[in-house]
Amino acid sequence: MAGQTFSEKLLSIKSGKKVYAGDIVVAKVDLVYMHDGTAPLAIKVLREEFGEDRIWNPNRILFFIDHVAPSSNIDTSKLHKYMREFAKKHGIRVFEAGYGINHQVVFEEGYAVPGALIVGADSHTVTHGAVGAFATGVGSTDAAIAMMTGSLWFKVPDSLKIVLEGRLGEAVLGKDVALYLLGELGTSGANYMTLEFHGSGVKNLSLDSRLTIANMSVEMGAKNAYFPPDEIVMQHLERVGAKLPVKPVYPDPNAEYVDTITVELDKIEPLVAAPPLPSNVKHVREVEGVEVDQVFIGSCTNGRVEDFHAAARILKGRRVKDGVRCIAIPASRRVFYELLRDGTLEILVEAGCTVTHGTCGPCVGAHFGILGPDEVMVATSNRNFPGRAGDRTAKIYLANPYTAAAAAVEGKIVDPRHLLRKA
Amino acid sequence: MASKRFEGRAIRLGDDVNTDNIISYRYKSRTIDPRELAKHVFEDIDPELPKKIRPGDIIVAGKNFGYGSSREHAPLAIKGAGIRVILAESFARIFYRNAVNLGLLPFTVPRHFVERTRMWDHIVVDLEKGRVYNTDSGVEAAIKQPPNFMWRIVEAGGIVEYYRRHGRLPWEESQ
Ligand code: SF4
Repeated sequence: MAGQTFSEKLLSIKSGKKVYAGDIVVAKVDLVYMHDGTAPLAIKVLREEFGEDRIWNPNRILFFIDHVAPSSNIDTSKLHKYMREFAKKHGIRVFEAGYGINHQVVFEEGYAVPGALIVGADSHTVTHGAVGAFATGVGSTDAAIAMMTGSLWFKVPDSLKIVLEGRLGEAVLGKDVALYLLGELGTSGANYMTLEFHGSGVKNLSLDSRLTIANMSVEMGAKNAYFPPDEIVMQHLERVGAKLPVKPVYPDPNAEYVDTITVELDKIEPLVAAPPLPSNVKHVREVEGVEVDQVFIGSCTNGRVEDFHAAARILKGRRVKDGVRCIAIPASRRVFYELLRDGTLEILVEAGCTVTHGTCGPCVGAHFGILGPDEVMVATSNRNFPGRAGDRTAKIYLANPYTAAAAAVEGKIVDPRHLLRKA
Repeated sequence: MASKRFEGRAIRLGDDVNTDNIISYRYKSRTIDPRELAKHVFEDIDPELPKKIRPGDIIVAGKNFGYGSSREHAPLAIKGAGIRVILAESFARIFYRNAVNLGLLPFTVPRHFVERTRMWDHIVVDLEKGRVYNTDSGVEAAIKQPPNFMWRIVEAGGIVEYYRRHGRLPWEESQ
């Protein structure tokens, strides 16, 4: 029998039969989660469309209030209430406003474990590939079905092998690896596929950077991502306590991939995705001088400790330029607290950033930093579509936290390495 | 499914039409009512478009239609506007799956068909022949329908309809 990729192997385990790319399986999921942007519709589908009010297992379903949190308007407040009432009735845990962004909390609370099958009603559920889970985003109807039955059908994806070699250079983070791949693969180059990461470079990547890379795999169309779980992952789970059984799955050496791409990490420089698509990738040099109205450091892509340490290296002893808003949002309370204790938040506040608790905020243009006509934002988030963060004429440049912080200081896009060298 | 033939005006869109283009988070975060969502469908592509769209119109788009988020509000807004058929060169994964679940008809068409279709051209989709025609520009092409497993869901009018009719999900049958 032919060897299996990670996804083939994992879906074989979860469906109870040996399957390969292209097969359709019904598989048991280990965890289902959704947030205030998607849960209300999933609940409505379950109750009003399917006409059911049963759920499969309250301990394996999580709700998050994180997208517009706390609520900024009455209509959203009503949807939040609707979620809370349903959750209370069925004993589902709600991570309230302020707890943090769903993907980050699932990760840091130990719900994302190697070998788990996770579905989330949000496309960035793919983030958990960083710990070796099979994690993919679904819509509200699929989320309702998973919530009701604990299973869902899946098409076993083809896999693309990405071999990482070497080590990242100065002012370069996982974000730049994701942007580099977006430049190579475009917005649909990995459509329906798994991005499987391998190579000696993986061990040189922090877990935070792996999360960023897995997170943005969906921007290339990927169904899921996978990093082989190693000691870094196991140490993290020991620290936080795994909430699900840990059963690492590794692909067979003779598995078949549609293609293999090798990436030399040393050669990657700070990159930027210019509007209107995340695949419109440029070297930061090419967009130097673009004037900026707002900077956003945060989101499920770059709202972790590593990201704010990077921003603080730039912001320490400097000021956000007059006329520029710099919004810094640690992705969860845990991240916030760690940054509070180690002094990072003090640096951000001293520099003039507006700091708040974990919410999606300007990432999705629903509250806390909505852009006006023609305004320009440099953001560490993952999408730069017109209208994503406010008015449709506003422009969003996606970058790593070094570049974002440097833009806040200079009021325009610059190569962050200039500032690091001056420090 | 009731009909094997669909006719309507083309809503011609480009490549990478994403879920934020389809329906902005400004509305998604406030309502889950398809008719309310439909009032703002494609607003960020052209603010006038929601007013011009009529039930029965057919989307004709380039590659990677439905790129971006998993939010079902996007296909729901399309469905709420009375659109049933979406022709595109290719679809983003989650959108495609959501569209099938909602009973929309997503078909893949070749690029030349998209290129030779203008806004509001008259489109005929013939499922029996497996072909699509633009009677204004004269271009026609074969359509690729969803794989069998998904087609059963589409034919039932969506996964919810299927469940209502059979009292179980499609994959629960053989068990
Ligand atoms: S931070 Fe942005 S991308 Fe991440 S879950 Fe929130 S809205 Fe989605």
